[in-house]
Amino acid sequence: MENSSKIFYAALAVLVLGAHGAGLASAGAEGLAFGLFASLTLGGALVCIWERSVVRSAFSLMATFIGIAGLFLLLTADFLAMAQILIYVGGILALILFGVMLTPPDMEERKLPRVLSGLVLIGGGFAWVGMQVADSAHFATRAADASLEGVNNAKRIGVGFLAADQYVVAFELAAVVLTVALVAAVYIARRRRVDLEPAAAGELTGYDASNGGDA
Amino acid sequence: MSLSTLALPLSLLTDPALKLAESETPEVAEAAAEMGELTSGTNLINELLMLAPIPDFVPGWAIPLTAIMIGVAIVMGVVSLNAMAGTWLERKVSGHIQCRYGPMRAGWHGFLQPLADGIKLMLKEDMIPIGSDRVLFVMAPALVLASVLGALAVMPLSPDFFFADAPMGLFLILALTSTTTIGVIMAGWASNSKWSVYGAMREAAQVVAYEVPLGISLLVPLIVAGTFSLTEVSEMQSGMFGIGGWLIFKNPFMFPALILFFIAVLAESKRAPFDLPESESELVSGFLTEYSGIRWSFFFMEEYAAMFLYCVVTAFFFLGGFNSPLTWLFEDGGLLPNVILWNVAAFFTIVVKGYIGLFVMMWVRWTLPRLRIDQVMTMGYKYLTPISLVCVLGAGIWEWGKAALLG
Repeated sequence: MENSSKIFYAALAVLVLGAHGAGLASAGAEGLAFGLFASLTLGGALVCIWERSVVRSAFSLMATFIGIAGLFLLLTADFLAMAQILIYVGGILALILFGVMLTPPDMEERKLPRVLSGLVLIGGGFAWVGMQVADSAHFATRAADASLEGVNNAKRIGVGFLAADQYVVAFELAAVVLTVALVAAVYIARRRRVDLEPAAAGELTGYDASNGGDA
Repeated sequence: MSLSTLALPLSLLTDPALKLAESETPEVAEAAAEMGELTSGTNLINELLMLAPIPDFVPGWAIPLTAIMIGVAIVMGVVSLNAMAGTWLERKVSGHIQCRYGPMRAGWHGFLQPLADGIKLMLKEDMIPIGSDRVLFVMAPALVLASVLGALAVMPLSPDFFFADAPMGLFLILALTSTTTIGVIMAGWASNSKWSVYGAMREAAQVVAYEVPLGISLLVPLIVAGTFSLTEVSEMQSGMFGIGGWLIFKNPFMFPALILFFIAVLAESKRAPFDLPESESELVSGFLTEYSGIRWSFFFMEEYAAMFLYCVVTAFFFLGGFNSPLTWLFEDGGLLPNVILWNVAAFFTIVVKGYIGLFVMMWVRWTLPRLRIDQVMTMGYKYLTPISLVCVLGAGIWEWGKAALLG
């Protein structure tokens, strides 16, 4: 491990410990949980920026996503937390890694003024976590909010989506936009493959490239 | 209280006793006491500990902490015992399917073979290749095992014995088991071997393709049952002889959904004919190539635990959960109502159902040849996904029609 990396990880460890300590001091066990998830989120993001290897950066995103899911849990949004893990870790991160593994090795090295940017980021992150942890002293009263007691989040979200006067139209429109994007992506990918076929060879052998090379 | 029921460590961290001691304002103390009432009484281990005579010097947070520790120990025990039983069963089933005996020397019909294997794996040299990414190489098996341990936390072992009864049980299982993919990709990449990277990439492509039909086919029982919770869905399936109430008989689209779900589960848990990530004959075990010793066995513990978990989920959401003729005998309105016998019968029911599913998985593995990667993709995207969408639509229309006609 090189020296700048050692400094970075030492600073990160201090930041994480500080967040835990500040959380425990200001809001007890709840604050400790907040400190844990906040440092997972921010620490993952910082490692993601810091690491030279693109694959390690991508893996450190997992800590960020799980930390965010934990923060959702603390806010009693359990459905959102699980959806976060299912979609971001199980789906999107797998796709990112799939893409990253296909990058050529010479793209692995990134050149940034690393020590400077790292120190600025750590300082900023430290300040931000401190502020948030101080804020989280209100967690104890917020989590015990009577109006949220015994609420089935899945049912609430489902009713919100399906009631005709609420979000059903927006939800369906988003689905249509995503489908259009998907179809467009498939179309572009298919056209590229046909373009790769040598046209001259097609003329010589009577190969018809216009139907996708299936003939 | 969703927060306290969802995750075991969270219920410890939000333990009211800690805050009670610290809080100075009466409102906070009151709210914390209210939370305490909601957290306790949901977990049998916790309740049993509460019954014991507790000396005064034991702090309040020690009891939930002990309950959590016992829960984690039981889950670990379930995972390792299941891996032992799974490997033994796999060898015996494969042997008998191929007209041979399988292990016969260690104990009765090779029953002690898993113990010998375990000792061998623990004593084996733990190799880390020189060119590998050491941090990721060490982290990968832990990550893989951790995700399945987390998912097992919401699996009830009997109606009154569970670790965390999450209202989001099924969703949590789906979410946490999907994170094993990341561990497998990590293992493949960190090994720095072309076989491993090929295995990891196949895993990524395969899991992304099969996550969709897996989730969509599970929507059919969810439409019929209307709950994510495993204990609730089991309760609603009690009926005539413990069989009449099974969800699979309640909607004609349940049976195709069961088949689709089972195929998707085979692909998700990397079992043949979808074992492309670790195909022994072409990729030399894929992402496992560079692993040895106890780290290697972690991957297999995860594989068998995930298989068992998926089979149990199948049992809960399609095949009656805890309900069988045996539990029907002992349940509340049955012939011999007895709570303890009912719980024991329910435990045996779910284990037997899980292992029947496991046996079918092994049967499929040793019968069908491995698919090619393009065949795997075609099957996932072109067949399973559209068919499962049709199933969901049909099940929805059926349930809507039933509600409209029968009131």
